[in-house]
Amino acid sequence: MINRQPVIAVIGAGIAGLEAASQLAALGYKPILIEKAPVVGGHVAEWNRLFPDMTPAEDVLQPLLARTANIRTLLNAEISSINRLKDEYNLLFSDGSSLLCQAVLFATGFHLFDASKKEEYGYGIYDRVITNRDLEQWFNSRQDARVDKPRAVGFVHCVGSRDLKAGNPQCSKVCCITAIKQAIEMKEEFPDAEVYCFYMDLRLFGKKYEDFYIKAQRDCGIHFIRGRVSEVGEAIDGRVVVKAEDTLSGKPVKVTLDLLVLMAGIVCNPDAQHYAREIGVAVDEDGFLKSRNNLAAITDSSRPGVFFAGACTGAKTVPETLAEARSAALAIHHYFNTRK
Amino acid sequence: MDFGFKLSPSSAVNLDQVDRRRYDRLVQLVPDASTCIGCGSCSATCTAAPWTGMSVRKVLLGLQRGQDAEVDRMLSACMLCGKCTMVCPRGINTRQLILTLCRLDKNGEVVR
Repeated sequence: MINRQPVIAVIGAGIAGLEAASQLAALGYKPILIEKAPVVGGHVAEWNRLFPDMTPAEDVLQPLLARTANIRTLLNAEISSINRLKDEYNLLFSDGSSLLCQAVLFATGFHLFDASKKEEYGYGIYDRVITNRDLEQWFNSRQDARVDKPRAVGFVHCVGSRDLKAGNPQCSKVCCITAIKQAIEMKEEFPDAEVYCFYMDLRLFGKKYEDFYIKAQRDCGIHFIRGRVSEVGEAIDGRVVVKAEDTLSGKPVKVTLDLLVLMAGIVCNPDAQHYAREIGVAVDEDGFLKSRNNLAAITDSSRPGVFFAGACTGAKTVPETLAEARSAALAIHHYFNTRK
Repeated sequence: MDFGFKLSPSSAVNLDQVDRRRYDRLVQLVPDASTCIGCGSCSATCTAAPWTGMSVRKVLLGLQRGQDAEVDRMLSACMLCGKCTMVCPRGINTRQLILTLCRLDKNGEVVR
């Protein structure tokens, strides 16, 4: 006999949480979406267009919102702690309320690396240095005094990624392709601008990503310089001077730019780490939540009744996140199906 | 005046001042030239490379870094055997690229 009435708490109403909740509802369950922000949609709701087809982020989000419209959703709901009971979990909220549930799905997503920690790049110090998220918000709002008809634009890959000293040895995976997307968009917006990408390696693993790279090279004339930016300074006119080594020619290069965009990497949501530790769910060495098995059971945690979907276990693309959310919903279904 | 020492010229490349007209013209004439990924297949297979340092990869890079003398020196070593064209993973017609480049002067004008 399948228990169709267990309480399933889905923590986080980004695309992972929304997709998982919608699938659970389709399977006959009544999930509860818990979102600490005043709106659902997570990072995708803040994005303008998505690689590699330049799909408006809205097009991904709207169908998800429609499918989750009837699902109970707690907004502005901040979980202060989670207690593990015998085979249940009790979520305590900052307003004093609580929720007893039989399964917890972490769809807690990621945080963008705080680019100001890499002080040598000057984020928060120089006006003309912004992040990938700032640029994406400019694409949405067209309001940011720092983006002022730039004639030379640079993108710095791997800001807070593959950086042991910054505490993030892992690759954030989506920034290479995001940089290329944003570089193409800037070139389309400002056709006369010179656009430079400073990279260590270009990791264009996904479907159509390499085509996107060739488009950036051939159709947009974007300059790719293999070398990590070592330092950024401000010129007397407020523009920024970027220094790097062009490792392909073995020579130091410098260039003066009107706008420098830092591709801030992906780190685990610290709230998720906190909740995981409270209920004895393993956190991996890279700071992300640890799956029971990285190959065969990526949506299972080390504890029964606790599941993962999306970027809480590592950097993910949108289709990977959605696929994982569906997979997690099915894993939860089997969990209740096989319990006595 | 002799101060008893001299200054070494900087090897740094200032991208603000690099004249890319020859490269830009090449890309107009051979658009695939811009799709080089610097893999080095062309240099590895080059018949002339072991004796001359010829490298299509370095030619393309040199053009974008203002190293014209070095570019012309390498071009003069090419024997046009076409092996680089056969190995290029991006399908760049490197032989045509070299021939086109030899016809362009520093300003990107077709002179030959």
